[in-house]
Amino acid sequence: MTDITTGTLPSGRPSQSETQKRTRARNAAEARFKAYGIAAISIGIFFLVTLLYAIFTNGMGAFQQTFVKVSIPLEQQAVDAAEASVVKTSKYRGIIENALAAKIADRGYQTEFTDPRKLGDILSSGAPSQLREYVLAHPGEIGKTVDFQFLASSRADGYLKGRVSRESLAQDKNLDAGHLDLVDQMLKDGVVVKHFNMDFITGADASDSRPEQAGIGVAMLGSLFMMLVVLFLSLPIGVAASIYLEEFAPQNRFTDIIEVNIANLAAVPSIVFGILGLAAFIQFANLPQSAPLVGGLVLTLMTLPTIIISTRASLKAVPPSIREAALGVGASKMQAIFHHVLPLAAPGILTGTIIGLAQALGETAPLLLIGMVGFIASNYPTGIASGFLSPNSAMPAQIFEWAKRADPAFYERAWGGIIILLGFLAIMNITAIILRKKFERRW
Amino acid sequence: MDMNVMSEELKNDIAKAEAGAHPAKMSGRGVNVFYGEKQAIFNVDLDIIKNEVTALIGPSGCGKSTFLRCLNRMNDTIDICRVTGDLLLDGKNIYDKDIDVVELRARVGMVFQKPNPFPKSIFENIAYGPRIHGLARNKSDIEEIVVTSLQKAGLFNEVKDRLEEPGTGLSGGQQQRLCIARAIAVSPEVILMDEPCSALDPIATAIVEELIDELRENYTIAIVTHSMQQAARVSQRTAMFHLGKLIEVGETDQMFTNPKHELTQDYITGRYG
Repeated sequence: MTDITTGTLPSGRPSQSETQKRTRARNAAEARFKAYGIAAISIGIFFLVTLLYAIFTNGMGAFQQTFVKVSIPLEQQAVDAAEASVVKTSKYRGIIENALAAKIADRGYQTEFTDPRKLGDILSSGAPSQLREYVLAHPGEIGKTVDFQFLASSRADGYLKGRVSRESLAQDKNLDAGHLDLVDQMLKDGVVVKHFNMDFITGADASDSRPEQAGIGVAMLGSLFMMLVVLFLSLPIGVAASIYLEEFAPQNRFTDIIEVNIANLAAVPSIVFGILGLAAFIQFANLPQSAPLVGGLVLTLMTLPTIIISTRASLKAVPPSIREAALGVGASKMQAIFHHVLPLAAPGILTGTIIGLAQALGETAPLLLIGMVGFIASNYPTGIASGFLSPNSAMPAQIFEWAKRADPAFYERAWGGIIILLGFLAIMNITAIILRKKFERRW
Repeated sequence: MDMNVMSEELKNDIAKAEAGAHPAKMSGRGVNVFYGEKQAIFNVDLDIIKNEVTALIGPSGCGKSTFLRCLNRMNDTIDICRVTGDLLLDGKNIYDKDIDVVELRARVGMVFQKPNPFPKSIFENIAYGPRIHGLARNKSDIEEIVVTSLQKAGLFNEVKDRLEEPGTGLSGGQQQRLCIARAIAVSPEVILMDEPCSALDPIATAIVEELIDELRENYTIAIVTHSMQQAARVSQRTAMFHLGKLIEVGETDQMFTNPKHELTQDYITGRYG
C-alpha cells in the first residue's frame, strides 16, 4: 500500500482567468462538434426527402391508368368471322374500332378522323385480345351489347398525366394532335376515365409497344419464390455454421482463415456471385436458366455471410454467465447452447436474417447474369414447381428492365416498381423491429 | 519441488484427515494448472472434507478460483487450460477418460460470483437441471423438487406466490439463493461457490452465509472468498493460496488465531493483499 501524502502534485493550480479561458474553449469545441453533427444529419434528411419526393411524384402515376369506355355489340357473325381468320385479334380490333366510331358519331364529338382505324389508335393495342378473352370466357354474352373499359394507349394516357403534349406528338407516329382533341371531349363526357389500376401490381410484364399493360405482379412472384429459397437455405446453414464456429470450433489458424474469409465474402461485389451462379448452377449443375431456384441459390450464397456475421455477433452478446450457469447444473455444451444461448440470441439472429433477406430482395446484378431479366416475366407460374423452375424475373430486375426501355411510358412504371419494392423492404424491416422488440420484452 | 512450501505438519493433517473421522470428499494431489504457457497453480495437495465448508482464501490472482473450477472441470471450457495431477472425487480421478463431465457437474454443483439465473421463470430456473438429468418422472415430481430446493435455499416463503415470474426480477440476494436452489435441485454431493457474496449487500450476505452453514449438513462445500470475516464465519477449514501455491491449510479456528505461515498471518490481519 502506498502512502498518498508522500507524493508531490504538479506545482500550483492555473489561475482563475486561465481556467475560464479553457472552459470557454472547451465549451466552444463541444458546440462546434454538435453543429457539425446536426449539419451532417440535416444533409442526410434533405437527400432522403428529395429521394422520396422524386420516387413518389414520378412513380404514383404508374398506379393510375386511363381507360376508354366502349359498348360493343357482340354479334355472332362478327365473332365467328374473327375466330375463323388467321390473325384473330386484328378482326376483333375491327369490331372495337367500329363500336368506337359509332359511339363518337352517337355522342357528336368533333373529329377530323373518318377512318375507324385511325380512331382506334387511342386504345391500347392490347384491347383486341382483352375482347377476345372475354368472348371466349363468356359465350353466353354473344348477341348482347356489353360495356367494356379498354386501356387507353400509352400516348393518350401520357396526355392525361401531363407527359404528352400536342407539340411532342408532332414527332410521334403513334398518335396525332387530333386524337387529343377527341380525348378532351371524351374526358369531359366521362367516356375517358383515369382510375386506380390493380393490374400494375398484379399483372405481367408487357412488350415494348404496350407499356400501359405492363405490371410487376409476375416479377413479384419471382421474388417471392427466390426469397423462399434464400430463407430456407441460408437461415439453417448460416445459423449452424455460426454456432459451430462460435461455440465448438477450436481456435486455430484454420478457423482464423475461415473467419477472415467470411468477413471478406460479405464485401464481395454481388455480380461476382452472379457469375459464380452462372458457372456452378447453370453451366455445371445444369439447372434451368432464369429460374427463381437458381436466383435463390445465388442470393443464398450472398446472404450467408451477412447471416453468419450477425448470428455470431448475437451469440457473442449472450453473457458467458448464462453458459456457465447451464454447464454448472450439468447441461452438456449442446444443451447449454440450444436451451439457453440460442433463445437469447434469437432476436439478433432474426434481425440479421431479415436484413439479409431485404438485401437479397433488392439485389439486381447477379440476376442479370443468370438470365432473370425483366422481359421474361410475362407469364404467371402455373404451380409451386413452376414457380421455382420456370423462367421468371424479380422486382429489381424488372425495374431495371423498364428503366432501360426507350418509351418514356416505361419510365413511370420503373418508378412505380420502386415504390412497391420499397414498400416490401419497409415491411420486412418493420417486421424485424417488431420481432426483436417482442422477443426482448419477454422478461 | 523446490517451490514446495507445505509443511510436514500439513501433510500429517492430510493423512490424519484421510484416515480419521473426517474423510475427504474430494482431494487434489500434485495439481498443476496451466493457461497456455503460464502456470497458474503449482503442485497443490488439498482435501475437501465431507460435510464441511472449506474456504479458499488469498489475494487476487492467487489461483483459488482456478483451483475451485478444476473441481468440476469448469476449466474445460477454456481452450488453453491444461490440468495435470490427480483430482479425486470419492477416490476416483475426475479427469479420467471414462468420467462424463456432465455427470460430474451434476454431482459437483457450482454457484458463481455474480448471480446468474436463467432469463426464465423462477420455477423453470430450478426445474431445468432435474429435467435434463431425468430426475423427475412427471410434473408433480418436478414441482416437489422445486419446492424442496427453494425451501432448502430459504427462498420458498419469499417467492411461493410468484414462481412464474422471471428469476431475473428478484433482488441480488434472492437471485443468489435462487442459484443455490438451482444447484441443490440436481442433488449434488459437493457445492462449489466462487465468491457467492461479493455482489451482495451485508444483509443478503448474512442470509446466504447462514444458508451455507445449514447446507453443510447434507452437502460438502468449497467456497472461495475475499472476506476474511466470511471465511471465519462459515468455514471449518481454510486453505490459503498465494501466487498459485497452497501456503497453508488447517482448521479455520486455529488458522485465524494462530497461523503457522507468515504470509497467512499478514493476509488475515490485513497487512497484505
